[in-house]
Amino acid sequence: MGLFSQLAEKPWTPEQAAIDDRHKGVEFSLTTPQFGLRVFLGFVTVIFTLFVVVYVERMVFADWKPMPEPWLLWVNTAILVISSIGLQWAWVSADKGDADGVKKGLYLGGVLAFAFLTGQLLVWQQLVVLGFYASSNPASAFFYLFTALHAVHLLGGLVAWGRTAIKVKSGMDMAKVRGSVELCAVYWHFLLVIWIVIFSLLLFT
Amino acid sequence: MAYVAPAPAEVEEVELYHAKSFITKYVFSQDAKVIAIQYSFTAIAIGVVGLVLSSMMRLQLGFPDSFSIIDPADYYQFITMHGMIMVIYLLTALFLGGFGNYLIPLMVGARDMVFPYVNMISYWVYLLAVLILVASFFVEGGPTGAGWTLYPPQAILEGTPGSGGGIILMLVSLIFFIIGFTMGGLNYVVTVLQGRTRGMTLMRMPLTIWGIFIATILALLAFPALFVGGVMLLLDRVLETSFFMPAIISMGEQLEYGGGSPILFQHLFWFFGHPEVYIVGLPAFGIVSDLISVHARRHIFGYRMMVWALVAIGGISFIVWAHHMYVSGMNPWFGFFFATTTLIIAIPTALKVYNWVLTLWKANIRFTIPMLFALGFIVTFVNGGITGLFLGNTAIDVPLSDTMFVVAHFHMVMGVAPLMVIFGAIYHWFPLMSGRMLDETLGRIHFWVTFIGAYSIFLPLHYIGFQGVPRRYFEMGETNFIPPSVQDLNAFVTVVAVMVGFAQILFFYNLFKSMSSGEIAEKNPWKAASLEWQTPEQPPAHGNFGDELPVVYRWAYAYGVPGAKDDFVPQDMHPDEVGGEGAHEASKE
Repeated sequence: MGLFSQLAEKPWTPEQAAIDDRHKGVEFSLTTPQFGLRVFLGFVTVIFTLFVVVYVERMVFADWKPMPEPWLLWVNTAILVISSIGLQWAWVSADKGDADGVKKGLYLGGVLAFAFLTGQLLVWQQLVVLGFYASSNPASAFFYLFTALHAVHLLGGLVAWGRTAIKVKSGMDMAKVRGSVELCAVYWHFLLVIWIVIFSLLLFT
Repeated sequence: MAYVAPAPAEVEEVELYHAKSFITKYVFSQDAKVIAIQYSFTAIAIGVVGLVLSSMMRLQLGFPDSFSIIDPADYYQFITMHGMIMVIYLLTALFLGGFGNYLIPLMVGARDMVFPYVNMISYWVYLLAVLILVASFFVEGGPTGAGWTLYPPQAILEGTPGSGGGIILMLVSLIFFIIGFTMGGLNYVVTVLQGRTRGMTLMRMPLTIWGIFIATILALLAFPALFVGGVMLLLDRVLETSFFMPAIISMGEQLEYGGGSPILFQHLFWFFGHPEVYIVGLPAFGIVSDLISVHARRHIFGYRMMVWALVAIGGISFIVWAHHMYVSGMNPWFGFFFATTTLIIAIPTALKVYNWVLTLWKANIRFTIPMLFALGFIVTFVNGGITGLFLGNTAIDVPLSDTMFVVAHFHMVMGVAPLMVIFGAIYHWFPLMSGRMLDETLGRIHFWVTFIGAYSIFLPLHYIGFQGVPRRYFEMGETNFIPPSVQDLNAFVTVVAVMVGFAQILFFYNLFKSMSSGEIAEKNPWKAASLEWQTPEQPPAHGNFGDELPVVYRWAYAYGVPGAKDDFVPQDMHPDEVGGEGAHEASKE
């Protein structure tokens, strides 16, 4: 049922009432946590979109100097991709009820996420050594801002990941952890996409 | 043919968290009703601070040379904190955190919000934001005096009061507010969309829920802009980045800043700031629709159109923001576009006003206190809306920009009008929340003093604005173009403002006294049809609906149904019990 036909209902007519009494109306075919996560991701998307808009707007001013692109960022990107693959593996395994696969995938994903964060810190260090401070140029300020925000989101994800990992380690029933594993995986993929956008912005501008 | 009841509810019962100790029941509570009351008390408490600040400003404006305790820096700080507190920490938090939390689960037939734990955290983060805000009063240099819009470059430069710790705490507090709000907002949206009981289709929801729902979506889309602006301004202040800061000489010294764009901040701020008006407005529109319908014993006129108007206003509110920036040196075509969209938004808004008035037409109006406040709202909203048409037009706005006329306009439309609804809503739902009635006589005095007082304050300000008196000025001094009579008017406004401020003590007295010793409210005292009044206990207990979730058979506006045994038919009354033929017309099928 589309949005418009939904909004065109006449709740006061007998015909509509006979239909309405039998169900609770339109819902999304997602579980509550799945839906909650989608709403949250929507919110985060708006934040990053606005940051990108401001970035593009700020770029046109004369004082903009492009940043160097440390090769380490490529390595970090690869790590994050594999991290995401790890969680996807855990998700697929959870669907199959394969506890071993869930464990391996989840651990791989989490450990690599930590590795990614460490890698990002190393990039920061390299840039500081090269003399690129947050205050030296808007481009570097944006770089620090974007990477920090992305890292904060990933850290938040790692909290959820930690809780899921504890559940998995304690040998909880696969049917019960499946939902949490799925949410982690979706969130990881989302953060990967955000990172790729940020990284491309850095590469192409 | 007799009505055949559908099969029993298929809505899944959710596992409910049951508090075991006093602390988890009343302090770190996961029950939306308790969280709602926590939100409301915190919001009202900080709102009283905002009220006191406004009285201080009025004292200065009314009697410029009499109060040596107020210096220009204080004055700017009062303005800033008054604006910020009222718009964000009071109105947004009270409508969404307070009424949203209390009413959403009850009105859609849910036992609680869908994520009770997150909901609890939401309140505590909000409280933290409020405490950080309050802390800024006590740091060296005091709170920020940048104006509630926090425009750079002046917001973070030395010379603006509170440019030390004040502005930093302000921005940090806002960031926390947004984080806390997001957690709440997630709950409101998902509960409305996924947590409804059987029979509660979207188009059977009370307009209160529609208003809160659309406002929450707006907030989830608009607050990110404030977040982005706030974070970047904070970095400009703390790390000396130049996102918004141009090259600047301050107090004879060339600063490190350079190349940033202050206008960029204005765009971000107002991309949040205009929808914010409707984040406060839409819940008020929704609630007032329900108040009018209940107290006029008549179904709301044009229910569907009311829903459409809410959705339309919500959508259009995102493409009007630059009408706050006509004097920022924008391209005239840009202004033309925004003037046009601004005037277009008057259409769904006017539609709502017509529908409220048409609901009242030939209705069985009861002049209860909620009804008085609802009527007060309609009049005030029309008043403030019309001056909005003036200011929405670029050509009229330019001379009026930054005058007291603007102050009068937005206080009418988004200060007094939503406040009328808040008071009406408190008088209306207090019996549900506490099980007792508020005192009628005190309530009437409170209404008339507040209503007449608000007009005595803000109508003169329109006139003062026409005379060219600028806003945000500590004092006028010797100014040729301003007649001396303006000062008399200012003194009058101040006297009334202080009186209205004190009159609120009556309201608080009524609130606290009635809580403990008010007349015990009968069940469903206003004879309302919506679900929140149909709970087994009043006030509703943990889990809201006893053993079984209600099943809804009709919309929330079944008043004066022909043939029914009562003049209202509750949403969850089984069609067989209604009596007569009319109520559930489905029985005719």
